[in-house]
Amino acid sequence: MTAPASPAKVRGETVLAVDELVKHFPITQGVLFKRQIGAVRAVDGVSFELRRGETLGVVGESGCGKSTLARLLMRLETPTAGRATLEGRDLFRASGGELRRLRRNMQMVMQDPYTSLNPRMTVGDIVGEPFAIHPDAAPKGSRRQRVQELLDVVGLNPEHVNRYPHQFSGGQRQRIGIARALALRPEIIVCDEPVSALDVSIQAQVINLLAQLQDEFGLSYIFIAHDLSVVRHICDRVAVMYLGRIVEIGTEEQIYRRATHPYTQALLSAVPVPDPAARDRRTIIRLSGDVPSPADPPSGCRFRTRCWKAEEVCAVQDPQTVPRAADPHPSACHFAEVRPDV
Amino acid sequence: MTESAVRPTPASPTPPEGHLLEVRDLHVEFRTREGVARVINGVTYHLDAGETLAVLGESGSGKSVTAQAIMGILDTPPAYVRSGEIRYRGRDLLTRSEEERRQVRGTEIAMIFQDALSALNPVFPVGWQIGESLRQRAGLSRADARRRTVELMDLVRIPAAATRLGDYPHQFSGGMRQRVMIAMALALDPKVLIADEPTTALDVTVQAQIMDLLADLRRDLGMALILITHDLGVVAGVADRIAVMYAGRIVEHADVRSLYRAPAHPYTKGLLESIPRLDVRGQALSTIPGLPPNLMRIPPGCPFHPRCLYAQQVCVDEVPHDLVLGDGRTSACHFAQEVHDDRAR
Amino acid sequence: MSDFETVAATEDQSARRGVSGEPGTPDRAGRPGRSRSLAGDAWRDLRRNPVFWLSLLLVLLVAAMAVAPGLFTANDPRDCVLSRQHAGPSGGAIFGYDFQGCDTFARAVYGARASLLVGAFSAVITGVIALVVGMLAGFFGGWVDAVLSRVIDIVLGIPLLLAAIVLLKRVSTSGETVRLFAVILVLALLGWTTAARVVRSSVITAREQDYVAAARMLGAGDGRIMWRHILPNALAPAIVVLTIALGSFIAAEATLSFLGIGLKAPTISWGIDIDAGRVHMRESATPLIVPSVFLALTVLAFIMLGDAVRDAFDPKLR
Repeated sequence: MTAPASPAKVRGETVLAVDELVKHFPITQGVLFKRQIGAVRAVDGVSFELRRGETLGVVGESGCGKSTLARLLMRLETPTAGRATLEGRDLFRASGGELRRLRRNMQMVMQDPYTSLNPRMTVGDIVGEPFAIHPDAAPKGSRRQRVQELLDVVGLNPEHVNRYPHQFSGGQRQRIGIARALALRPEIIVCDEPVSALDVSIQAQVINLLAQLQDEFGLSYIFIAHDLSVVRHICDRVAVMYLGRIVEIGTEEQIYRRATHPYTQALLSAVPVPDPAARDRRTIIRLSGDVPSPADPPSGCRFRTRCWKAEEVCAVQDPQTVPRAADPHPSACHFAEVRPDV
Repeated sequence: MTESAVRPTPASPTPPEGHLLEVRDLHVEFRTREGVARVINGVTYHLDAGETLAVLGESGSGKSVTAQAIMGILDTPPAYVRSGEIRYRGRDLLTRSEEERRQVRGTEIAMIFQDALSALNPVFPVGWQIGESLRQRAGLSRADARRRTVELMDLVRIPAAATRLGDYPHQFSGGMRQRVMIAMALALDPKVLIADEPTTALDVTVQAQIMDLLADLRRDLGMALILITHDLGVVAGVADRIAVMYAGRIVEHADVRSLYRAPAHPYTKGLLESIPRLDVRGQALSTIPGLPPNLMRIPPGCPFHPRCLYAQQVCVDEVPHDLVLGDGRTSACHFAQEVHDDRAR
Repeated sequence: MSDFETVAATEDQSARRGVSGEPGTPDRAGRPGRSRSLAGDAWRDLRRNPVFWLSLLLVLLVAAMAVAPGLFTANDPRDCVLSRQHAGPSGGAIFGYDFQGCDTFARAVYGARASLLVGAFSAVITGVIALVVGMLAGFFGGWVDAVLSRVIDIVLGIPLLLAAIVLLKRVSTSGETVRLFAVILVLALLGWTTAARVVRSSVITAREQDYVAAARMLGAGDGRIMWRHILPNALAPAIVVLTIALGSFIAAEATLSFLGIGLKAPTISWGIDIDAGRVHMRESATPLIVPSVFLALTVLAFIMLGDAVRDAFDPKLR
């Protein structure tokens, strides 16, 4: 690793700290004189820490804000409020040269391998673009070689630098995207649904690659996914999001074995398990209705409209994501308890 | 149906215990500028009244094309049925006129698609769309069609159905749109429902609701269901039997429990081992190496042999026939027994 | 992106969630529909399109006339002898002579140069303006887009003939070359709007693509993103529109010259000759018909060529 980060890299120390991150998208009316009539609360007060070398899974259904969270961290969107500290520097205050330096520490692998690569650039140009933008990352003469090394690392034929993206399959394109993200030797890679666009038999190949790269380069991942089975496979810690909030966060063990939030429990029980014998053993919690609109979330606890435990207090008092008596990991439920049958 | 009963051809009697729907040795090819892609290469499966058959496969395996052939909605060109039979209640649909096939579509066999948003017309209210076939084909009056539409929407558990008749598709959530589409498919009371990836575009919790709904409807209405999917998890929950497709062929066919317990085809086995499981946290996932074949250049012999761990010379030389294992299972693998026993051990 | 894509897409959505993409890989299975590039696909389509070949042949023919008119006729179009007035075909003059006693065919051949110069230069200038305006409006959006879009609306609202009369009045006494470029400039300044709108919308489409976000995340600046990522993807539709525009610029030049506000003698132009032929139509129609047919075929050729290329590049039309 040659990244110009902290000299001593201690596994387990905090590399990214996110504090009360908020993103509201204004809803406006009128053509010429726009006035704001509301806001979509895509991310509404999210805090977490990411440690060196770990994988933090972020799970939730569509509209829970997990993709907005990724875009905020990558500075593709400007947050409404909140802070994030990357390598001791304020991520959202940085601009110009400082932002460019910070970007080298954090890269993203995107969901759709068909739109995330420029169809008119060769693979060599795509993977080499980071070096064109950050010329100090690789001396000019060595770039082609570096690109070929990267292709080799992600399991592609280094001879294929002059090919175009359309000459590759979905899984291979995703590998090209991973090579591009690796080029600047980042500390953190945000993976936004990196395998959900791939065929089942190809997904495993990419997941294994990500795991192997983590070991090799000491990467930290923020792994955003809707597939809880994939998340369990690869993640050390998991955050469950619902309507812009983290409702429960803990180690893989805590979330998958001792979840205390009813939403997490429902989510887990709804995952289809590829084993017909298992369906007889499991109790499946069926949630009624759909996720409410993030433009108009319910008062108090946001999950109360679909929760079977909801009582009056849930409509009045917003539960904080704090450790609960049932299990010492943070959970945002007034009635947090472990269910043995999930 | 009376017509088929008097037809003397021995090939098409309607045996009382005959299958409701039967696909026999179907071959479909796509003729394109680059050449001929053999998309379906001898698919055979059947469906009995009231049962659920899952057709499992990845992109390009031909699972959806088979369903389109059954429905008679293949895009021709480029798709052409080269040979084969699709028998519904003993009569071959492929030899019938377009007009006759249209009669079967909707009233006997109906289909729902993955993308409910694009399958619904954005400029008409959903009530009108569900009622359309009731008015046009069942000949119901406006008032009757409206009443039946509300019943159908209740049936698929759309809350406050009567008040939502006038709403447009974009005013519904993804799960609700899928329900609207199911209601449309059920309007003419079909005997067979083909669901093509019905829950793929939906969130996990909504997915579970829709699968429950389909299972309940099948039971309550006595329909037969063909569930086309790539998701091994979804299949495990609802299907009675599974047909696994690869490169336009059915490589394995078995009842759900025995297939998951001991797959008898290396492809099925590879798929089962490569998916991460919620209830098991493992290390590196085992993978199926390589990529599915180009359908214009399907490898000789067994199409799976370049990716197969069991492959021998015979797999390159000979196309494997369906090997019948116990309890009516078949596997198109020269080493089906070995694969099966490997898992059992 | 064949007809095939539909089926491939249905199969595919299981994994791809309805996202659209470039066609893919030759060594990829089960997706025979995506084994080609957009450009390769377009070329394959064009190659078997007779309209494309016919229009291309005509365009090349006219271009050859413009570059080397001597190859097509041995006669001098300015060698006019009144005694040959409306004389029938003789020697190289296959269509006979006009009112002034000039070779009708030779004049039509030599007229190609002015038409093509006007068409080509107007199209190039139009292209530059359209790319700059469309790129800025599409890329930056917001008030930049609002202002530029209004400018486009205003220019679109100016009547071509009226503006041309006003602007070309100033050069009515100037020499041949100045007049030629004045006409080019007027046509370009009034004709860039459609192309700018096309560029703007394709820039907006490209800007929203994931690969642009990916470049941003790497720290790429606006300049790099516009030049490397957006321009190459917005260029193809612009070229198609400009090919079609080239045809209409040639027609517009002829119109202006016909009305006496465009090019003037001694410049040889189809518009001027059509005007002259019209006056003496009753005595001999050939001097009117020949340049008219040349003009019509040339304009048609460019429009058909642009159309064929656009259809080939637009997968939705297949």
